[in-house]
Amino acid sequence: MSSTSPLSTALTRRRLLTLSGGLAAAGALAACGGNTGREGATATSAGTGTGTGGSGPTLNSWYHQYGEKGTQQALEKFAADYKDAQVKVNWKPGDYDNTVVATLQTDGAPDIFEYGNGPTIDMIKSGQVTDVTDLFGDTKADFNKALIDRVTYQGKIWAIPQVLDAQLLIYRKSLLEKAGVQPPKSMDELVAAATKLTSGKVKGLFLGNDGGAGLMGGPMLRSAGLDLLTADGKIGFDDPKAAAALGALQKMYADKVLLLGAPNDWFAPDALTQGLAAMQFTGLWNLPDISKAIGDDFGVLPWPAMSGGKDNVTIGAYGACVTAKGKNVEAAKKFVKWLWIDQTDKQIEWATAYGFHVPARNSVADKADKLKSGQAAEAVKLIKEDGFAQSHMLWSPKCQTAFNDAMSRIVKDGAAPAAELAKVKTVVEAELKRLAS
Amino acid sequence: MSRAAAAGQLTSAARPPLGRRLRGRGDATLWFWVFVGPFFLGLLIFIYVPILWSIYLSFFEARNTVSPAPDQFVGLGNYRDMLGDPAFVDSLRTFAVFAAFIVPVTFALSLATAVLVARTAVAQAFFRSVFFLPTACSYVVAALIWKMSIFSGVPSGAANSVLALFGAETIPWLSVTNPPWYWLVIISARLWLQVGFYMILFIAGLQRINPTLYEAAAIDGAVGWAAFRSITLPLLRPTSVAVLLLLLINAFQAFDEFFNILSTFAGYPPYARPPLVYLFYTALGQGQDFGHGGAGAVILTGVIALVALAFGRLFRTAD
Repeated sequence: MSSTSPLSTALTRRRLLTLSGGLAAAGALAACGGNTGREGATATSAGTGTGTGGSGPTLNSWYHQYGEKGTQQALEKFAADYKDAQVKVNWKPGDYDNTVVATLQTDGAPDIFEYGNGPTIDMIKSGQVTDVTDLFGDTKADFNKALIDRVTYQGKIWAIPQVLDAQLLIYRKSLLEKAGVQPPKSMDELVAAATKLTSGKVKGLFLGNDGGAGLMGGPMLRSAGLDLLTADGKIGFDDPKAAAALGALQKMYADKVLLLGAPNDWFAPDALTQGLAAMQFTGLWNLPDISKAIGDDFGVLPWPAMSGGKDNVTIGAYGACVTAKGKNVEAAKKFVKWLWIDQTDKQIEWATAYGFHVPARNSVADKADKLKSGQAAEAVKLIKEDGFAQSHMLWSPKCQTAFNDAMSRIVKDGAAPAAELAKVKTVVEAELKRLAS
Repeated sequence: MSRAAAAGQLTSAARPPLGRRLRGRGDATLWFWVFVGPFFLGLLIFIYVPILWSIYLSFFEARNTVSPAPDQFVGLGNYRDMLGDPAFVDSLRTFAVFAAFIVPVTFALSLATAVLVARTAVAQAFFRSVFFLPTACSYVVAALIWKMSIFSGVPSGAANSVLALFGAETIPWLSVTNPPWYWLVIISARLWLQVGFYMILFIAGLQRINPTLYEAAAIDGAVGWAAFRSITLPLLRPTSVAVLLLLLINAFQAFDEFFNILSTFAGYPPYARPPLVYLFYTALGQGQDFGHGGAGAVILTGVIALVALAFGRLFRTAD
């Protein structure tokens, strides 16, 4: 007993592989039976739909389960409009990221899959995904630059950004007015505002139930003019200003001006709309829910700069990736180019008709009606001016774990930021060395 | 006797065909494999092969692959890395302390409930079921109830509502590390889930003790605590040893309730992090680092085996 069970990590993985293999086999069987061009109608309930109009090779495409209603049908409709291939839309609920990494090692790998901020560096280095640079042509300059840089490695682009998401600061106008607080334009003003807005059951600021330990590390470093990694992939936080920035977060936590233990974490708007906090760092995707709940009683702001630093908005995107070992790599590349570069109307529909996102191409974002006025227009402006990618391509999961551990100790345990960052540096240096070899 | 021997000679002399002999007497062998075979095969494919494979992988630089090339052999490098990884060593240390605490507590609580339930004259079946019921609850479901409704950090959470009755301040149970309230959340969830199961084991043990022993002891004046100490405890020893070992292994293998209570979108915090959770993020997350994951799993197995052996030795000498 004692010798078998600790290895259940391996067991789980094997099971996962077997399951995904089984799923792939089931998918193949379904494809055999459904060569009538009408499969979409019957298979949708099972989470798989096929474009009906296409001829030519069959392409498997994977998407995580979007929360917004109508998204799956939209993708199936897009696929049906494509004439050069039959594109199957696979909707994957559950732990999407880990399912993808595990399946990419098997024959069940999809031809096309979306992945948060493009493929991981390990996927690229182990040759699981293909370079899509040549699909962009002149349009490269039209995509949000921070995003393109994020999915570029050694001069090659590895994913097409599908849609842009952002995280920024949202505040309740009425609560600020009542307390006589101006929307904060600098870190000092933010700290002062959060303190002043904290009274009774309302806290000044909500940065997540962990006090921002998991979310705010990057934004705080950018406020100080630094980053996790520099643009050229070197350590970006080896600077006394980094410790000062994280110290500011530590102080807000210690002063109890941050909301903790909310029923929903930072990615939902509840803390703000239910009046638990006056300001919240959250996703742009919440804007429709927020305006439904509190009308126009809100404003958007970038995460403010410290002296010498930068205002910043965190941006990210699901990127369309093409597997390198698939049978129809060229056909898959043609399809992702068609959908995510050429079909600008579909990109606007995808970004704004179901949820609230920004098309990844600047010229397309300018054309979207929903983004032309009010706080939405303001948010789009902030994204263009102050957008920073969430993390660098070389910032591996191991770097992230080490950084999260340090952030938790700094924020919650009150550990000295400089000493904690020094520990992270050792781990990151080793990872960068490994990735460079 | 002699007749059986004669029958045996008779059959061996007749030498039935090979197929017949393979099926065994009365097809016993055949039926053995019909029943055991599928499970044995499952065990082989889903347990033994993966174990051996992950031991094999632990000697390789196996990132994003389960079939590393021979030139990626790194010998004991992964073991060196894992033992030098402060986060992993720290989680092993934390869980040694955790085991030292949770094993006796669960043991004492389940034994106490078992004795109480076994002594109850009225509605014994009811009490037995009530305490056993949580065992049927999924760890994930229990963890979510603990996290989101009982120990939710908002004033409307169950625990905070109770505190409010006494005029105490709202506590964000899972968001603070000082004091470490998260242990209260985790340990209460774990005890709720596990005590019932071990209680049943103890009840089974208690029922095997001959009641006449208690009667004899009572005549000699040993009742209550004295009877418990000199009759119940010694006679429960086989059950106790089994329960202690199970608890010990369970403590080091903690995963479900920890993961579901403490992990967030950003990952798992650096405190109360079970070794398996750390390995999960190393080997199975986006890291896909099976070499280090395998090495860590082997080290963890070694630790459990060592502690269990030491434990067995301790009990033998105590006898």
